[in-house]
This record gives sequence, structure tokens and C-alpha cells, in this order.
Amino acid sequence: MLPSLVPLLPTENDWITFDVPSLAENFWSATFDGLTFGAIYALVALGYTLVYGVLNLINFAHSEVFIVGCYAVFFTLSGLGFGPSVPRLDIWAIILNLLLALVLAMVASAVTAFLLERIAYKPLRKRNAPRLVFLITAIGASFTIQYLIYLWRGPSPELALTMFRPTPIFDVFGTIIDSQQLVIIIAAVIMMVGIDRFISKSRTGRGIRAVAQDPDTATLMGVNKERIIITTFVIGGLLAGAAALFYVMKIPSGVQYSGGFVLGIKAFAAAVLGGIGNVRGALLGGLLLGLIGNYGQILLGNSQWTDVVAFVVLVLVLLLRPEGILGTSLGRSKA
Amino acid sequence: MYRKKVLTSLAAAATVSMLFSACANPSGPSTGESSGASNKVNIPAISKVDVPSGAVKPAGDGKATCPASTTIAYAGAQTGPNAQLGVNIFNGVQLAIDQHNKANPGCQVQFKKFDTEGDPNKATGPVTQMVSETDIIGVIGLPFSGESKATGNIFEQKGLVHITPSATNPSLTENGWTTFFRGLGNDAVQGPAAAKFLTGKIGAKKVYLVQDDSDYGIGLGTSTSGGLGSALTGTEKVTTGQKDFSAVISKIMNAKADAVYYAGYYAEGAPFAQQLVGKGFTGTFVGPDGVKDDQFIKQAGDASNNAYFTCPCLPGELIPDFASAYKEVSKGAEPGTYSIEGYDAATVLLSGIDAGKQSRADLLSWVKSYDKDGLSKHYKWDAKGELQAPTVYGYKVENGKIVPVGPIGE
Repeated sequence: MLPSLVPLLPTENDWITFDVPSLAENFWSATFDGLTFGAIYALVALGYTLVYGVLNLINFAHSEVFIVGCYAVFFTLSGLGFGPSVPRLDIWAIILNLLLALVLAMVASAVTAFLLERIAYKPLRKRNAPRLVFLITAIGASFTIQYLIYLWRGPSPELALTMFRPTPIFDVFGTIIDSQQLVIIIAAVIMMVGIDRFISKSRTGRGIRAVAQDPDTATLMGVNKERIIITTFVIGGLLAGAAALFYVMKIPSGVQYSGGFVLGIKAFAAAVLGGIGNVRGALLGGLLLGLIGNYGQILLGNSQWTDVVAFVVLVLVLLLRPEGILGTSLGRSKA
Repeated sequence: MYRKKVLTSLAAAATVSMLFSACANPSGPSTGESSGASNKVNIPAISKVDVPSGAVKPAGDGKATCPASTTIAYAGAQTGPNAQLGVNIFNGVQLAIDQHNKANPGCQVQFKKFDTEGDPNKATGPVTQMVSETDIIGVIGLPFSGESKATGNIFEQKGLVHITPSATNPSLTENGWTTFFRGLGNDAVQGPAAAKFLTGKIGAKKVYLVQDDSDYGIGLGTSTSGGLGSALTGTEKVTTGQKDFSAVISKIMNAKADAVYYAGYYAEGAPFAQQLVGKGFTGTFVGPDGVKDDQFIKQAGDASNNAYFTCPCLPGELIPDFASAYKEVSKGAEPGTYSIEGYDAATVLLSGIDAGKQSRADLLSWVKSYDKDGLSKHYKWDAKGELQAPTVYGYKVENGKIVPVGPIGE
């Protein structure tokens, strides 16, 4: 053997090994962490799914709508005096500050989504551009926003803010669930239920479903299509902004110009996994993807496996059910 | 109108859920940190280091003579993301040259700097230019392992001696280069010393080893795990640029480790420490020289309170003469990591020039057979260019500053 080739050979540690005992031991903590991430994926996935349902457009710039929300959270909280250390505030002050950050992040993301629709997509729609052009525009818009942030803030991540020190709340099967996981999961689930009811029950929701099902007929029936499209983008933005707060809470060092990209891809994958265009599908897909990625990472013993496992499962599911787990229709989802 | 309702309900939902967590624990998060201190290992900081009495000083005997063109050079980062380390080093070199030239009117050594930005891809240009300048007979650099690996051959071809004051990758001396000398202990020395520090002074029974995927992290992780023996509870790998460490952390928590050694750089080490402490880890976090930086404290916040470091570098700030003289060169900044190593390496070259070794070949053989004390340690290299008796120091965070706790691994 040539000596120069020896370092290229995998050593025993480099082969794929399945660490089943470790998964068994860490099963519950992996589950709760996975659900936490899944909840964040699901909130972002809703933005992809709603826009796809209405416009048949994969809005790749949605990951940047999300990262703008992260920056809004960062600037709000650092402006309020939060830093890497645990804040010395009482719990009510913290809740108030976080709510303010939540609202500002939702507004920032919604405004970004609104501008994106007005500047990038509406002119194309007016000119009846082919669908491929929308897709390329979406990718272009994604890079544009990303590198505008890069020019403004540089390549390094922002200072990692600690919002509150997670405290153990209760014990499930020997695994401690802390306040941070609880806040994220509960808040996200309430939002998901809210958005599901909004789409299925409200007048605007009915409009969204009508446009998704058949835009021309919906227009004939008196639905204002342009208004519905804008509303859809804004709702997606609001949810992405909320996801941004939870994301920064969970991963404080994640505020970086490119930080939305991988999360966006995973949220998109979550939407496809559940059935793109389907609101409940996005929720289910997000939670599943969070869980699967986390289990895979522990089973295979390295964080680099998280995405690999998640996407392998995605491919397998799509082989069996090309429409995703719950199928792909926003329009036909039951009222 | 419906939209408004939804917005309100979303906001209400968030409030309710946050209240829920607050009510479940009325004492609030601010009390959480007191429990973190319970396990805190307290190794007192040292306030002085012993300087070998016979340490060679750059001034020499003041009678040296040399041609006016005699030049030594620094090659390494002056700008770029890791510029601070380079600044620490060349200020140390500058100080040595200033002291030498002041004491020796007959030998005014020139000092030239070449900027590599610390980047292996950019380093070959300035180094090639440097070796072609025949007045340069000795070099301090390069500071980082990657750029040292990329440029070692260029020095070798021109027979130009260079001493790195900070590159610690063990494989650098395995290339057969005869012009490369390392002015500090490599990671094969730091790892076992760190293991001894963890199980000895820190008193850890269960150490969890976390290493990143850089050559530095892998090499250091391997040499540390060898020294830990049965105290090693588990090993985890993280990736450069990784942001979320929850899976690694839950393994550490489930293993009930009382200390974590993080073999990597502060860019990932700081968020890792922050998330680790956030999850309720009350043991001791220990990082190597790649984490020992004020940036670590800045980024990890109060999660850095319980942190210790290992570093094959001497705390130059504790040698009063050196520290005060350094501040004049650095415009007031304290000696940083590797300042004194830069100063000592320059002293080795300057004493050779004073002894009449004023060509590249003569100075190279001078360094090869060098066997004297410097301010930081004894300098004598083996055939490969490794120091024979390097020292590793322990450091800790105290009141938001990194302070030394004395030599470790002995």
C-alpha cells in the first residue's frame, strides 16, 4: 500500500455503526428535542405549503423571510439588554420582553414576505410568466436577501443571546423536560391549531382554499384573488416570525446571514413529506422530520447524520406515497 | 376581521404557554445559576511564574556586530479573522528586536513582516517572496498549523530556518523538513497533560470528550482520550459550524459526566458551553488553546464562569519586566496568548546572530544545536524540530478574565 493513500482509508471509527444502546438510553430526551425542532420546522413549513397551495409556487425565499425574523428577535432583545449571560430580570419582565420580540419578529417577517410578493412575484404574475421563471426568481430573491444581510452584518453569527435559563419542569420516563422545550412545543402547537382552524373556518381561509382549488372560478365567485395571495404571504411571514423567536431561543448562535438556508430546506422537506399544499401535512411533516433527524443523529453517533437521515426518510416516504403522507391538496382539505 | 382574531389568539397562545412555564416554576430562571456553582472546582489562580535564572535575553552582551542588512522576518496573520493571535506574536518579536538593537549599537537587526491572513491558500505567496529576499536569514512563523503545512517545503528548499511560536498539529514535524522548529509543545503533549489536569487537579471521575472535525480537534481528541483511560465516559464528534448541540448534550447529561473536554475552537466551543450550561450541566468545562480566548467569554457569557483551559503557552503577563516592556510595543495591550513564545523564538535567532551566525546555513545549525533557557521554558530541539521539554499551563475564567492556574501535566 502506498503510504500516501493510508490516511484516505477509513479507520474503524469511520464506518457506519448503529449505536442502539445509546438511542435506547437517550430515547426520551431525543424525542422531546426532536419535537421542539419539529415544531419550528412545522411553523416554517406552513409558509411553503400555503404559498404552494395558492400559487403552485415553491417560495424558496421563505427561508430568508424566516431569517429576517431571527434578526428582528436579535435586535429587539439585544436592544432590551439581553446578552449571552442569563438575564437578571424577573419572570414577568422576561415574558413581556419576549412577547415584544415575538410581535416585532412576526411583523418583520410579514413585511419581508409582503415586499417579496410585491417586488418579485407580482410583476411576473402580471406578465403571465411561465412557472419556471417564478422558481428562478424565488431562488434569486433568496440569495439577494441573504447577501444583503451578509453585506450589512458580515459573515459571523451574531452574539448568542440567552433569553432565560431553562428550568426543569417535570420528569417523563427519567428525562427532564425543561421550560424552554415546553414553551416552544406548546406555543407552536397552539399556533398550529389556530392556523388550521383559520384556514378551515374563516372567510379568508375559505377564500384561500377556493383560490387554491381553482383560481379562475374563485374569481368569478367574487373572491379577490390578489388580496388572497397577499394574505397568504403575510400569514406565512407571521408564522415564520414566530418560528424565528423559538429558533433563536433554542439555538442562540443561529442568527447568521446563511442561517435560514438549511432550516428552510428542511421545512420545505417537511411540507413535502406531509403533502405539500396541505396544512395538516406540513404540521405532521415538520414534527416527523424533527423526530427522525434527532433519532438518526443519536443512532448513527454524529450530528452530521441529522440531515442525511431526514432526507433518506423523505425519499423513502415519497417512493411509497409520492403525494406525501396526507396527500397534496389545500383546496380539497375538509372545511 | 378574522385575521385580527387569529393574530390575537396567536399572541394569546404564546402568552399562555409562557405563563404556564413560569407558573410551573415560580422561582424563575434567575435562581437557576446558584445551583451551577455547587460543583465548581476551585483551583486558585497563580500570580507569578518562575523565570529560569539563566534565561537568555535578547540584549546579549552588547558587543555584537553584524552587517546592517541583517534581517529577521515574521510571516503570519496581520489581518484576517484570526489576526489577534498574529498581533500577539509579532509584538513579542518586535520587543525582542527592539531590546537587542538598543543594547547592541554595532548590530542593528532589521524586522520585516509578511501577512498571510492566517489562510493556507494565501500563505504561499508572501512566503515565496520572503524566502527570495536573501537578507532574511531567520523567520518567526507561521502561527497556524494549516498555513505551516502549506509552506514548510518553501522554507526547506531555500534552507531558511523558521520557528513557529504557536502551530500545534503534531504531524508538522513528520514531513522530513530540516528547517522547521516548533517553539512550544504540540497537541500530542497537550492532550495527555489535559487528561492529567482533568483527572488530577479538577478531580473529574467521568470525563466526556467532545471533538470537532478539524485536524486540530481530531488530533487533540485522540491524544487526550489516550491519557484519560477509564475516566473517559464517552466521546462525541461535532462539526465546524454546528449550531445545535442538543443531542450531544443529552448524551453528556445522561452519562452524568462531571467534566467535559472540548477539543476544538471557540467558534463552536462558546455556543456549545452556553447550551451545555443551559441544560443544567454543573460540571467543569475544559477547553484547549483553541478555546482560550477572550472571545469565548464574550460569546458564552456567564456559561463561561466554570471554564478551564489547557494551553502549551506561558502567561507572559505574569512576568512583570516582560509585561511592562511589552505594553510599550503593543501600545498598552497586555501580552496575549503566544506573545512570550514569539519573544523567546526571536531571542533564539538574535543570540545566534550575536554569536556570528549571520548566514542562513549558520543560523540553521545554531538553532539545531541550541540548548538554553528562554523566559518561558528550556529550548532544545530534537532531530525532528520538536522541543524536548515543553510545558503546558492550565488557565481558568475568573471575573470575566482568563487567568493562569499553573503548570499542568507534570
